[in-house]
Amino acid sequence: MYKYVARRLLLSIPVLFLSSLIIFGLMRVMPGDALTALMGESGNVGPKELEKLRKDLGLDQPYYKQYLIWAWQMVSLNPGYSIFTNEPIEVALKKSIPVTLELAALAMILGLCIAIPVGVLSAIRQDRASDYTGRILAISGLSMPDFWLGTLVITFAAIWFRWMPPLGYASLWEHPWTNLQQFLLPAAVLGFRLSAATMRMTRSTLLEVLREDYVRTAWAKGLGERIIIYKHALKNALIPVITLVGGQFGTLLAGTVIVETIFALPGMGRLTVEAILFRDYPIVQTNVMLVAITLVTLNLLVDLTYAWLDPRIRYQ
Amino acid sequence: MAIATAPGRTFDEHVVVEVRRGRALWTVIKRKPLGMASAALILLLVLTAIFADVLAPYDPLAAQPEIRLAAPSWAHPFGTDDIGRDVFSRVIYGSRISLWVGLLAVGIGTLAGTIIGLVCGYWEGRLDMILQRVMDALMTLPGLILALAIVSVLKPSTTNAMLAIAVVIIPGNSRIVRGAVLSAKQNRFVEAAQAIGCRDLRIIATHILPNVTAPILIIASIWLGNAILIEASLSYLGVGTQPPTPSWGLMLSSTGRAFMEQAPWLAIFPGLAISLAVFGFNLFGDTLRDAWDPKLRNRA
Repeated sequence: MYKYVARRLLLSIPVLFLSSLIIFGLMRVMPGDALTALMGESGNVGPKELEKLRKDLGLDQPYYKQYLIWAWQMVSLNPGYSIFTNEPIEVALKKSIPVTLELAALAMILGLCIAIPVGVLSAIRQDRASDYTGRILAISGLSMPDFWLGTLVITFAAIWFRWMPPLGYASLWEHPWTNLQQFLLPAAVLGFRLSAATMRMTRSTLLEVLREDYVRTAWAKGLGERIIIYKHALKNALIPVITLVGGQFGTLLAGTVIVETIFALPGMGRLTVEAILFRDYPIVQTNVMLVAITLVTLNLLVDLTYAWLDPRIRYQ
Repeated sequence: MAIATAPGRTFDEHVVVEVRRGRALWTVIKRKPLGMASAALILLLVLTAIFADVLAPYDPLAAQPEIRLAAPSWAHPFGTDDIGRDVFSRVIYGSRISLWVGLLAVGIGTLAGTIIGLVCGYWEGRLDMILQRVMDALMTLPGLILALAIVSVLKPSTTNAMLAIAVVIIPGNSRIVRGAVLSAKQNRFVEAAQAIGCRDLRIIATHILPNVTAPILIIASIWLGNAILIEASLSYLGVGTQPPTPSWGLMLSSTGRAFMEQAPWLAIFPGLAISLAVFGFNLFGDTLRDAWDPKLRNRA
């Protein structure tokens, strides 16, 4: 297994190298740069000052040198400074990562709490009213844009209950109650959308597993329905579900951007999008690479979980 | 002689396969109420987009400030927006943008993904390794962020949003096609074609491609819904369709959010239109999969 992990880690190096080249290249070919965006806000600045600023920020150097400097900063875990705010990126990340992680974790928990029971119910009552209801609910969840759901949830909470989530970000450790009020609605919106795909996957894999010989044997032995479904069938049906959920968590780290914007949460998604719009190269590059590294790591962890769920799986 | 008759026979086999696929799809649509519903929704969307000029009661760009933010009524079933434009007419015209972007983005993404998948799966080797690593790298970048970065490079517009969505579609698609090609290559008839000296391109076109069209079409239909959602998201972020062109995502971000408490209909109807369109394509993708994927046919 160690060999397998080492091989996967080695294989991820060229992938991450290519990801870094793609995002670096995209940022450099974007029209305008951070200075143009920055100076657009602060008024007229002479070409000499602009040139000096560009030199100070290293933007006058050839692209390959800029790439090598950035790559070295990433490898030495010192991602540099934001061009736009001059704040160390480390500080910006320390503020935004907990927000996105909390939102993603809450959304995952809420999503799984909906998806697994509904998926199981849908599978064991196949082609009955509850199955159709579950499936329509799932496809509706997949079809509704999160920005629409978010907008509706805020609007109707305000109209019907005269309630709005508290503005400004409150830390989970310092103001847990306010924090929960801020995160519950966005997490519910994201969780509902996530639950759709998970529910569909749970249903279809459970249906497949329920037709296996060992499940028939369990029925023949006279075991109860609950034990057969939850102990024998569901555990094996969960392998593709875990693959999906692992991927969803990675996607969530950057996919929360719109929900973060609607609910005014200062997370990583919002930071990345704002940085793209302001051409703040170091922030975009660092955030995107962090997401890419997380996705690659999550994929590996998901693959390793298979062996725990299904002891027949061995890694070579 | 054998070579001379082979193309004719292969062509006939394609016709039979197409007819069988068409029949299988029709049977599933007839048998499953959700399949019928999806077909009806897509038909409604297509007809709305084609006949938008006839169906829309007002010019979607004509402002009537005297009736700004009017609530839904018989004259304006979905109400009016902040400068008095009829929301119903704008939603009808918005279907054109969504369908246009969805179809073209998925068309381009599927075509490029299929070509890459065919090349990688058929020839394998070093080119396959390099291309697949590039696809892996693209897949590690979050879809919406990648699309946003591409649109920022190309300048915000509907066409560029469409191209960006196509790029997001390519990696996953190429992976699926590659897998299907690797499996189709194991068939005896491919070996036979190679043995009688058929050229690679001919084998790909006449023997491999017909055997991988089902997964390609299934994935494309599922991607149609996603493409509409990404376009709406890009427009919502201000880098997709630009005002005053009526786009569902743009309608939600520009007026829907600003007046959500005062005039909730501005957010409700465009969002409902996006949801129904995506719902139709997702459901249709499921129906196609049920009809064409024998492993899944009995369990959906």
